[in-house]
Amino acid sequence: MYEFAYHKPASVADAVKLLAADGEAKAVAGGQTLIPTLKQRLARPTALVDLSAVRDLVGITVGGGKVTIGAMTKHVDVASSADVKKALPALAALADGIGDPQVRNRGTIGGSIANNDPAADYPSACLALGATIKTNTREIAADEFFKGMFETALKPGELIVSVSFPVAEKAAYMKFAQPASRYALVGVFVAKGPAGARVAVTGAGPSVFRWKEAEAALGKSWGVAAVENLKASASGLNSDIHAGADYRAHLIGVMTKRAVAAAG
Amino acid sequence: MPKVSMTVNGKNVSAEVEGRTLLVQLLREKLGMTGTHVGCDTSQCGACVVHVDGKSVKSCTMLAVQADGAKITTIEGLATGNDLHPMQAAFKEHHGLQCGFCTPGMVMSAVELAKHNSNPSEHEVREWLEGNICRCTGYHNIVKAVQAGAKAMAAAK
Ligand SMILES: Cc1cc2nc3c(=O)[nH]c(=O)nc-3n(C[C@H](O)[C@H](O)[C@H](O)COP(=O)(O)OP(=O)(O)OC[C@H]3O[C@@H](n4cnc5c(N)ncnc54)[C@H](O)[C@@H]3O)c2cc1C
Ligand code: FES
Ligand code: FES
Repeated sequence: MYEFAYHKPASVADAVKLLAADGEAKAVAGGQTLIPTLKQRLARPTALVDLSAVRDLVGITVGGGKVTIGAMTKHVDVASSADVKKALPALAALADGIGDPQVRNRGTIGGSIANNDPAADYPSACLALGATIKTNTREIAADEFFKGMFETALKPGELIVSVSFPVAEKAAYMKFAQPASRYALVGVFVAKGPAGARVAVTGAGPSVFRWKEAEAALGKSWGVAAVENLKASASGLNSDIHAGADYRAHLIGVMTKRAVAAAG
Repeated sequence: MPKVSMTVNGKNVSAEVEGRTLLVQLLREKLGMTGTHVGCDTSQCGACVVHVDGKSVKSCTMLAVQADGAKITTIEGLATGNDLHPMQAAFKEHHGLQCGFCTPGMVMSAVELAKHNSNPSEHEVREWLEGNICRCTGYHNIVKAVQAGAKAMAAAK
């Protein structure tokens, strides 16, 4: 790792100021992605702005048909929250399946969404549930947020403050984990909620995406039968040593069926 | 250089570190506590697991500055004098190790599991140990040791 300066502001305003003052500074949340990246010298920030002392960024509130989660809320706290388990059990289960216990004890929802790893779990929940990502300056709909591989709508120095998920009538996430890393080889989040029937796929392409054909079929009649014979296209999907594009396309179908069955 | 203070196994320590100093480097290189191992240094293997404020974390994936003010427990902090902690005793009894390289991390991870689950099933133990890799044992005896250790910890309460 290259050396960097370290700051630990206590408010969002101070964190934003530190990031604005130095274009090469970077926020650090749980560090579960950023620290490995720094070790590989894939990034060379001049300073890290640690968000862990910003109390306003932590916590879960349920109300008004929404589950709102502060950016610095750790995966373990979403997974074990009685409120999330009650309002959106699929989201708690998703958080419980991220990485391993030590990653869940440090990693945060804000870090996961800001990073937009092509195989990360949370972005699929954001898209399928029609979440809104609140930053220090604006609110961004999930549909506008995830732009491409490791790319989001965030501007330099902009911080995620919280993520609001509308509560859905039915929802489930099914992940086919890559056996070594536990990241999704393919993960599918299905939801029947205020935004209609939605199917979001992670792990399969360069970035999370919606499977529109499955959404249309489920919108007409929700149930496994609607997606039974639907085949996802392999065009543009990832192909690597773990799985070819054809196999990933096949898994999208299988995981979608399983998720719809699990959602009931 | 930033100065950090924390408690490690109940003792107050402070040290000057660089921003980039990892918690595991502080423990091993500055404090000379080599019980915590570095296996992969890429957040995969769990040899470096310690407890930070009661939660297991990979100390190779946390900066020392991020642990400022925290309560750290390492493998050296489990035994009481010559009496092994029940989880350590269970690893010994059930032969849950061969070379022992992964063992400090396995034990620290298992102790956190046992805190919320005093009677974990084989499946629950295997799921929990997702982040701990062992190159020797094939995990079989580790799983038995963790189950026995969890029961022993509950009984010792
Ligand atoms: C072994 C291992 C296995 C994993 N398995 C999975 C898995 O199965 N599924 C999965 O989804 N993830 C997995 N992860 C990633 C994990 O979920 C990370 O926690 C997550 O990707 C990043 O969150 P973090 O809080 O650690 O962020 P950091 O690493 O601290 O930051 C990541 C990036 O986000 C930026 N950032 C952080 N917070 C904010 C904010 N509030 N606003 C704006 N930008 C911000 C940082 O500047 C940085 O660029 C795994 C990680 C490891 C090490
Ligand atoms: S040395 Fe920390 S996870 Fe391997
Ligand atoms: S006992 Fe050798 S790595 Fe586990």
